[in-house]
Amino acid sequence: MSGRVAITGMGIISSIGTSVEESFNALIHNKPGITAIENIQTIHANAIKVGEIKKTNTEMEQELGLDADNNYSRTAMLGVLAAKQAVQNAGINNINEYNTGIISATSVGGMDMTEKFFYDYFDKEESRKYIDSHDAGDSTHKIAEQLGLKGMVTTISTACSSAANAIMLGARLIKAGKLDRVIVGGTDALSKFTINGFKTLMILSDTYNTPFDNNRKGLNLGEAAAFLVLESDEVVKKQNKKVLAYLSGYGNANDAYHQTASSENGEGAYLAMEKAFKVSGLKPQDIDYINAHGTATPNNDLSEGRALIRTFGTNVPHFSSTKPFTGHTLAAAAAIEAVFSVLALQHNKVFPNLNYKTKMEEFDLVPQTVLMEKEINHVLSNSFGFGGNCSTLLFSKS
Amino acid sequence: MKKCYINGVGCVSAQKTFGEGFLDEVIVNKDNNVLEISQPDYKEFIAPAAGRRMAKGVKNGIVASAMALKEAGLDQPDAIITGTGMGCVVDSEKFLKAILDNNEEFLTPTSFIQSTHNTVGGQIALGLQCKAYNFTYVNGAVSFESALIDAQLQIDEGEANAVLTGGVEEAGEATMHFLEIKGNIKSKGQTDYDVLTSTSKGSVFSEGAVFFVLSGDKQQTTYAELKDVAIYNVLDKDEVEGKLKDFLKHNNLDISDIDAVVLGYNGDVDFDGYYNELAKNTLSNIPQLYYKHLSGEFNTASAFGLWLASQVVKKQYIPSAVLINSIEKKEYKNIVLYNQYKGKDHSFTLVSKC
Repeated sequence: MSGRVAITGMGIISSIGTSVEESFNALIHNKPGITAIENIQTIHANAIKVGEIKKTNTEMEQELGLDADNNYSRTAMLGVLAAKQAVQNAGINNINEYNTGIISATSVGGMDMTEKFFYDYFDKEESRKYIDSHDAGDSTHKIAEQLGLKGMVTTISTACSSAANAIMLGARLIKAGKLDRVIVGGTDALSKFTINGFKTLMILSDTYNTPFDNNRKGLNLGEAAAFLVLESDEVVKKQNKKVLAYLSGYGNANDAYHQTASSENGEGAYLAMEKAFKVSGLKPQDIDYINAHGTATPNNDLSEGRALIRTFGTNVPHFSSTKPFTGHTLAAAAAIEAVFSVLALQHNKVFPNLNYKTKMEEFDLVPQTVLMEKEINHVLSNSFGFGGNCSTLLFSKS
Repeated sequence: MKKCYINGVGCVSAQKTFGEGFLDEVIVNKDNNVLEISQPDYKEFIAPAAGRRMAKGVKNGIVASAMALKEAGLDQPDAIITGTGMGCVVDSEKFLKAILDNNEEFLTPTSFIQSTHNTVGGQIALGLQCKAYNFTYVNGAVSFESALIDAQLQIDEGEANAVLTGGVEEAGEATMHFLEIKGNIKSKGQTDYDVLTSTSKGSVFSEGAVFFVLSGDKQQTTYAELKDVAIYNVLDKDEVEGKLKDFLKHNNLDISDIDAVVLGYNGDVDFDGYYNELAKNTLSNIPQLYYKHLSGEFNTASAFGLWLASQVVKKQYIPSAVLINSIEKKEYKNIVLYNQYKGKDHSFTLVSKC
């Protein structure tokens, strides 16, 4: 158990861009991707806004050169697009040259197809090809197949913290010497299933989400995929590779409070951050920017805010939630925010928490609302999910 | 690498796998394409009011984990790591059908809340008030093995000393129907459900929950040492033997050191050839065990396989119901397990007497 975990490649697709460069430009030019929904027929179309990728499935099938009889879910296609970018960005030509794995994350897997064809399966044979693409692991298998990767392939699903946990496992496998290189991240497509699920929980905003605002009304759902390439120090040295940033810490804890709601004092979040600091050897005062989970639900932002105060005291560093840009992309959220965290380190920028107006009455925390330039050496990123699942990642400058 | 011991087990399956006995009374299926589980007395483990809201997968997970914890004498694990290929199928189906049947109206959140894949892990944590590390793996037939790899890593890193880990799968009505029309489950009314002699595609399915307490410390209840676990997304048939040899070599063992092999034969004529690669060649001279004729196939059925191997190492005998050949050994020191599903998600697991 030793050595640092280097990030050598990134790939991303979300409602604010189909590449790392496009995403960065959107973040620094205040261009959010929250719109009316187009690709899914839903009776809630006028009542919600979403972070939707404006590509149809057919367009993505063409882009990926898939056969007409393919059974790729939207989740799988988004994942393949992002993972291919990451591998290319890392300059990998022979994926199996080193002991390479892939750890992906998804919340609903192929639900987007299951909900379309559920009743068709009974009598329409042509739709049945999607039966085998329902399970969460199928999207990861397809990504591995498209990359030509043979080896350790697995998937994590812990709701909205999933990708943070995939990144965490990848880092631990590298540190333990079980893998030399690992592609980590997550992918989730919008689905009627999740839209209606969050709708019944009454935590969907009917307008643009406003994290950490006293009058916040809930979240906008989004879809996205992002992957990072993690490599061991040894592999980096051997290839004389450019390191984008280091993954310096990680922590996971359970709130053990409620299946869906976060505890009032942010216990799980506090414990996750505490563990991440312990793993990294960093201290709270070393953090220059926090990319908060900040979903803009009344419950999350209060709980997370309290956890931040417990962790950082009165000196909470500059923080923002980037979910007003992308929406809450569920299992992919921590992966796209990992990319944003690396961009913050590379460009010394704190991205703005859009749509914020009024300070929350419970505490004095005010997010950074405009783009800010400052020296950034360490970024903390939080992600929390149903089932009390709380995760923190720490990224450090290369 | 720190040692990792199996100190407690809990198994809810299509057989009577709790209480006394070790597969001395088994139900051998001849008539069903989906096996029903032998239900534990849920009231012993879950308050009836809470139990009514829980889907059977969650209940079985809670029961199996409680059994494992009790046997190991552990109140609070340092980590809870769950594997489930399909997740909470019953609540997912319920919520999806409600959306489709009522055109997205009149929905209630309960089944959505309980539909996420990490519901079992979350509910176990909630019940134990356990704030520790909590992961859920969802990768088909290696969902459970992924959890095992993580658990072993947790112990090796010194992050955890005692880990609760297991696999749970739930049979949902619509999902079982879809898998049958897709040919993954053998058709109703077929006559060749016998796993070893079947000549048709697909397999007989079931559900279940198997949990283990893994620990860095050996104790009186210890079953075996969990030596190593490896997973591979795809393998060709001719790669299996080589991969097994590499896996054993990595553990300083040789084929001749293996005293028994537990194989995941499921009666699918298209894919059981993977097991033949080992059973008919390299491992033809040692006791061979199979179990899916008892447990049925499901994404985490291999956890039943590990339960079986752990029992054999502890009790030092093999029940006749699981023997493929008639070879016996005086001592069962090292047992290797091999599983795959439809040529994907291959795993080797090695347990040893300690």
